[in-house]
Amino acid sequence: MTTTTTAPTSTTVLDATGVTMRFGGLTAVRDVNLTVNTGEIVGLIGPNGAGKTTFFNCLTGLYVPTEGKVAYKGTVLPPKPHLVTQAGIARTFQNIRLFANMTVLENVLVGRHTRTKEGLWSALLRLPGFKKAEEESRARAMELLEFTGLAAKADHLARNLPYGEQRKLEIARALASEPGLLLLDEPTAGMNPQETRAAEELIFAIRDKGIAVLVIEHDIRFIMNLCDRVAVLVQGEKIVEGPAEVVQSDERVIAAYLGTPFEGAPGKEEAAEVEAAEAEAQSTTEGDDK
Amino acid sequence: MTTQTPMDKTTDTTKVSTAPATPIIPLPHAAARALTVAGSALALIGTFLAWTWTDEFPGNLTVTGYPGGLQVLTLVGALLTLLFALSGYGIRGLGWLTPGGKNSPVLLAALGVFGTTGYAMGAISQELGGLVNLEPGAWVSGIGALVAVIGALGLPVDQPYGAQDPTPNLWGRIRHSLTAPEPSRAKDLPSWVEILIIAAGFGVGLYVFAYGIGTEYSELFIGFLIVTAFGFTAVTRAGLLKRLSALTAKHRNVAMAAAFVAAICFPFTQTNDQFALIGANILIFATVALGLNVVVGLAGLLDLGYVAFLGVGAYAAALVSGSPQSSIGVEFPFWAAVLTGAAASLIFGVVIGAPTLRLRGDYLAIVTLGFGEIFRITMNNLNGNSGPDVTNGSNGIPNIPDLEIFGFNLGLPHNVLGTELTRSGNYYLLMLLCTAIVVLVFRRSAESRIGRAWVAIREDETAATAMGINGFRLKLLAFALGASLAGLAGTVQAHVSYSVTPEQYQFAGSVPPNSAFLLAAVILGGMGTISGPLIGAALLYLIPAKLQFMAEYQLLLFGIALMLLMRYRPEGLVADRRKQLEFHETGQLDVPEDKPLPEGATGVAKAGA
Ligand SMILES: Nc1ncnc2c1ncn2[C@@H]1O[C@H](COP(=O)(O)OP(=O)(O)O)[C@@H](O)[C@H]1O
Ligand SMILES: [Mg+2]
Repeated sequence: MTTTTTAPTSTTVLDATGVTMRFGGLTAVRDVNLTVNTGEIVGLIGPNGAGKTTFFNCLTGLYVPTEGKVAYKGTVLPPKPHLVTQAGIARTFQNIRLFANMTVLENVLVGRHTRTKEGLWSALLRLPGFKKAEEESRARAMELLEFTGLAAKADHLARNLPYGEQRKLEIARALASEPGLLLLDEPTAGMNPQETRAAEELIFAIRDKGIAVLVIEHDIRFIMNLCDRVAVLVQGEKIVEGPAEVVQSDERVIAAYLGTPFEGAPGKEEAAEVEAAEAEAQSTTEGDDK
Repeated sequence: MTTQTPMDKTTDTTKVSTAPATPIIPLPHAAARALTVAGSALALIGTFLAWTWTDEFPGNLTVTGYPGGLQVLTLVGALLTLLFALSGYGIRGLGWLTPGGKNSPVLLAALGVFGTTGYAMGAISQELGGLVNLEPGAWVSGIGALVAVIGALGLPVDQPYGAQDPTPNLWGRIRHSLTAPEPSRAKDLPSWVEILIIAAGFGVGLYVFAYGIGTEYSELFIGFLIVTAFGFTAVTRAGLLKRLSALTAKHRNVAMAAAFVAAICFPFTQTNDQFALIGANILIFATVALGLNVVVGLAGLLDLGYVAFLGVGAYAAALVSGSPQSSIGVEFPFWAAVLTGAAASLIFGVVIGAPTLRLRGDYLAIVTLGFGEIFRITMNNLNGNSGPDVTNGSNGIPNIPDLEIFGFNLGLPHNVLGTELTRSGNYYLLMLLCTAIVVLVFRRSAESRIGRAWVAIREDETAATAMGINGFRLKLLAFALGASLAGLAGTVQAHVSYSVTPEQYQFAGSVPPNSAFLLAAVILGGMGTISGPLIGAALLYLIPAKLQFMAEYQLLLFGIALMLLMRYRPEGLVADRRKQLEFHETGQLDVPEDKPLPEGATGVAKAGA
């Protein structure tokens, strides 16, 4: 499935220039430039506390960046979350933020808020078109639940879903706003290997719908499989950007992930060791499952 | 550790965690049930005998062969106990009574009988001076009730002990014996049968409610509260309420219509104008509480000054009512007065909401509390002395004339279908129309894009804005809608109470429609529901109105009641529709964390980040 790289006219979807975010004395994001083109899956990696989530918050208007600007398809976005979503950028959250006491279906319906218009009067007087719009929304939402594999649980409360499904629901809810760009903040955190693989498939399917994806992730293998391009954030600064293989073997990236190497100790070997150990661990768990 | 295999049998208690729970009193099952049946039958027979020798105790409990007053309550409770206990024998035709719990309803009903009978015996001896005033009938009922309770405590417990506490102590065991499993989904009946059941359900509800309002002395009301509290819980544990609410959810419009028909019938059952007035006041209180539920229950905005909006509506209506004391000498027709009142509240709501709704949580509560008080103080000061003369200050605007709608003077009694409809009855019906409008507004807005956005804001405002919801605008919309609904109710209230004064619109006071009680009605009844605030308001109005003797301790008792409720039933008396989704979920409700992840799950700790 990785071969279906449909890269049509690659126009720029997201163009962030010089984004800087300071919290008092702490500069969480420093002068980051990043573009995402249509049909692309871009990875954003970096150690904990590197400022990845903060960068997402700057893109989506949850934080007003101290400096820099964010443009979506050529228009500069105001730093207001609802206007950003309206424009076409949707996101998920690292620490799942579903509407816990709403049903799965209702969560997705809320995601459609910007794409529907029925106001209070229309609801109170049940004006013509109200019912039709509601039904259409429901149909669209059910389609998305079908797409993410949650249709059978449409009437469950979001808080009663198992963890992996909560993450899927966050994605379905974000997709409901019919975005041109989807921002995923650690979509596989807390998932087991099978769930992670399912998430990969899902992200490819989203890309094939023509939605560009920018994804934060820790799992290097996941990023390697998925991304056309990877940017690395370390202490708020973007240190490298490029194809996944190139980034993975970059000295600075390894140093950032494993700490500054001891005198002469080659970081690569250690990385390879860790990789091998992880691979082994994974194969044993897989064996158990069968 | 969540697995259920007790490898080590080191625990020296006699029970194993998976063993079924044991009854509180170890009795053979057959003996326990026989005792319960005999006891409740005895209690029932006792109500036909005299309980005391003099009719100085209210309700005349001296007649043999004709139960009256408190005896009727014991009779009803005993009958309920008997039915539930007999249903446990598997008698044909009674099985439908206990689709959920089998024995906990028996125990609850028996406790209810014991409670009222015991209370009645205590009240008689206290008021007449000693136990000698009790006639044998009281002892028969009392001992019968005690026997029934003992028997019910010996009945098998409905559920095994929970996994969290496999060996509870005595108190835990008693509490556990009052719990029951959920009923299974009912078989589908023909629609007309289901509708008849709904109608019967509301009929019983109306009867109980009207009986409560009509209780003439506080002893009877206390007995009524005891029996209904235990009886209602028993019916709930038996699973009947769940069955009924499943039916009402299925035939929602029919249920709604039945509820309103029942409500319309109420004034026709009351010959006493005073009780109809209580009904009208309950409706005013309940309607405003429902309006507040839009703000608090749906949008999650804690508004502590909500009663001010009722006040704005009432003052606006009073000013244009043609009252001789009104500073504006105009008399609007009722429809125009209603629009004026609602519009004034709306404007007031927007003016207060626009600056404050940008604040979050606690700040909003404090600011609205302040604005509520400012309204009252301003009304006090616009007296011509410390300000322009608009409201007559603390004297308020008295002599508000009665309404006349289509030539129908609401101030006069009318003869409708052979029954006398009093002034309060008229206003009750007018207010009921208002309630219907508010119910409709609540329901329709809740089930729309706007309502979902409100709930989303309540659940997680940040996530809601990230979903494209303009938080400020929608909160303002909820605030303004809530305000206008209160204003609407205020326009009727002004006429019902003849006069408006600033003291009617306090934060906390002894007469119900005040901000604290409104909020309590919403929380006690059940946030985000329609019937919750209505029931909550009815209880909060009736209890202080009927129990005048405890007026001094009213706020204290109110606080204690609220604390107990929050401890034992935080979702309120009526659970949200969303909380009723338990039907879909087997055993995993409320405990998603406890669900063990599949083997090999990684990074759970990381996920918490
Ligand atoms: N609202 C905030 N106020 C102050 N500091 C913040 C805030 N949000 C994030 N930070 C800081 O910014 C840094 C980057 O955090 P974050 O973006 O969450 O990292 P990442 O997502 O890459 O793990 C951290 O040091 C964090 O403490
Ligand atoms: Mg992060």
